Amino acid sequence: MKNRKALFGFKDLKVEVEGKEVVKGVSLEIAPGEIHAIMGPNGSGKSSLSNALMGHPGYEITSGEAYLSGENLLDMEADERSRAGLFLAFQYPLAIPGVTVANFLRAALKSHRGPDADMTDFRRLLKAEMKSLSIDESFATRYLNDGFSGGEKKRVEILQMSVLNPQVALLDETDSGLDIDALKTVADGINRYHSENNGILLVTHYQRLLNYVKPDYVHVMIGGRLVKSGGPELALKLEESGYDWVAEEVGQKAGV
Amino acid sequence: MSDAVRQQNQQLRTINQDYATKYGFRDPVDYFHKGARGISHEVVEMISRMKNEPRWMSDRRHEALDIFMAKPMPGWGNTELLNEIDFDNIYYFMKPIENQQTSWDDVPEYIRKTFDKLGIPEAEKSFLGGVSAQYESEVVYHSMKEDLKQQGVVFLDMDSGLREYEEIVKKNFGTVIPSTDNKFAALNTAVWSGGSFIYVPPGVDVKIPLQAYFRINAENMGQFERTLIIADKGSRVHYIEGCTAPVYSTDSLHSAVVELIAMEDAYIRYTTIQNWARNIYNLVTKRATAHKNATVEWVDGNLGSRLTMKYPCIQLVGEGAKGEILSVAFAGVDQHQDAGAKVIHAAPNTSSRITSKSISKDNGRASYRGLAKVHKKAVNSKISVECDALLIGEDARSDTYPTMEIDNEQVRVEHEARVSKVAEEQLFYLTSRGLTEDDARLLIVNGFMEPFTKELPLEYAVELNRLIELEMEGSIG
Repeated sequence: MKNRKALFGFKDLKVEVEGKEVVKGVSLEIAPGEIHAIMGPNGSGKSSLSNALMGHPGYEITSGEAYLSGENLLDMEADERSRAGLFLAFQYPLAIPGVTVANFLRAALKSHRGPDADMTDFRRLLKAEMKSLSIDESFATRYLNDGFSGGEKKRVEILQMSVLNPQVALLDETDSGLDIDALKTVADGINRYHSENNGILLVTHYQRLLNYVKPDYVHVMIGGRLVKSGGPELALKLEESGYDWVAEEVGQKAGV
Repeated sequence: MSDAVRQQNQQLRTINQDYATKYGFRDPVDYFHKGARGISHEVVEMISRMKNEPRWMSDRRHEALDIFMAKPMPGWGNTELLNEIDFDNIYYFMKPIENQQTSWDDVPEYIRKTFDKLGIPEAEKSFLGGVSAQYESEVVYHSMKEDLKQQGVVFLDMDSGLREYEEIVKKNFGTVIPSTDNKFAALNTAVWSGGSFIYVPPGVDVKIPLQAYFRINAENMGQFERTLIIADKGSRVHYIEGCTAPVYSTDSLHSAVVELIAMEDAYIRYTTIQNWARNIYNLVTKRATAHKNATVEWVDGNLGSRLTMKYPCIQLVGEGAKGEILSVAFAGVDQHQDAGAKVIHAAPNTSSRITSKSISKDNGRASYRGLAKVHKKAVNSKISVECDALLIGEDARSDTYPTMEIDNEQVRVEHEARVSKVAEEQLFYLTSRGLTEDDARLLIVNGFMEPFTKELPLEYAVELNRLIELEMEGSIG
């Protein structure tokens, strides 16, 4: 099944949450350097797909395949997927009281580099990335997401991505709850991270992030299925006309 | 199993081996004096004679023994475990060496090595103002920095304190915790040996902590140290207590009595990190009296032991006195930590804060037992109580027994209690960043403990985090 050129992909993936099928067989491939966007209305299964790909124990993958750099992701636990190079920026990042941003990120980076790795560059790295994302230095010693505003949480998700520098980043509704300045800062962070060698999958309801982070491909997800794919122009059309026309088009094709 | 997981497991195994060598070892000892098992007036008399005590102390001991014999076991806490204590099988007095030393070089090698392994001489050099090291019943090493001596600070083991400052001891001993207080306070009064005696003169600020370390080495040992700390007007002192013991198949008993007296405007902080082996019964009475505008803080960390019953208490008897009790307990496999706090407001404008954090893992059980009492005349007092329990695993148990007795209406009381589990969502968040599930859980637990850990001197915070790591790994002893 594998297109050897693809960095990351999944095929015929089905996901159940508490016995209910929420993703009903989806396939996608991302080649190095590509940015893909999955757009869809609320409840279409976008977040379930991201959580399942990252290995959330509450999202059961009942069939299909998923791989990263030729490795089977479905054999791995969440931590192994992370260390293999997958990252998920959460829609609603949780607070971890008592654990500072710096200590958490140091532990995370160390888990990627290995127990004997040299971590002397960590402070400098963290400081530089925080500066780029306009995150005040005091956040390094604040407890992770504890009392952070929505925008601060999203920026700290992107900070984590920048520090861990994954091969593939799944960004789940990273634009939601951001004002325009924060949106630009976050978009800058994503663009800075992006390179010829990595891939990005943006999961979003709205088009506005796509004004700043240009996708190569846009896919529409409705009712647990990827029903339409196209270029960036598809996102603009969705922004103008909503999702109903896609649903109708798909419905007609399917003869419903 | 992936390489990463295998490596992780290997690391954890190494840590576990470290534990056995770091705390769980035992020394073969040729005791200077090792009494017989069991307790009687003869044993009490023998202890008193060996210490060459004044008659009044000897009388106190005998009187206390009668109280101990007459008092029934507490009918609360963990009565099942309490009733398993076999008082006839315990050694009440073991004197390891003839004379206390003031230089580590003069301490017998096997004992010195014990304290070396525990890092005491090193800590003394780097950040302590004075150190007392107790081994079984007696303090074997004692030393204090010269400048503190010159300021008139007295830091001695309790036996020396009684000899050298008899009048102060006679006036204060048992005034905060009388023998009649409870069965174990009576037992301690009857057979006490070792512990610390501290007197800080008016206005003296002891800027670096004083520490005592209590080590039980023998099986079926009973350690009954007795501590009295008096901070005179406007003085300040921080005292740290640490404890460990080897792992044996049968039980030992640690039953201390600690009395603190903070005079007007004085400040006492008492920090405990106990890390007992799992065969130790730890039944300790700790109480402080805070006079006008004085502040007393108990920072009390309870790890290890089979059963701990300990409720540090502050009696706020002077107007404007403040008390704070910060207590954490970690109950692992087969352990019961029955810990808590008591505050008694007996004067106007007094304030207190209790923060209790407990972690129960596997079938471990942590109970918070607290009392907040406000007398009629203690108007405009403030009390805040916060209890936080974290459960790890399906069999872990946490109970809360808060008691409030408020006898006047001009009081502000805040009480919060929370029980939480390490949430799957939190674990997923952390593991999705590459941390193993064990590391993620440990990070969450350390975060939960952080309000406590941040109150400790850095060296102890590091040590506590390490101990928690060991507990989380779960197979100590």
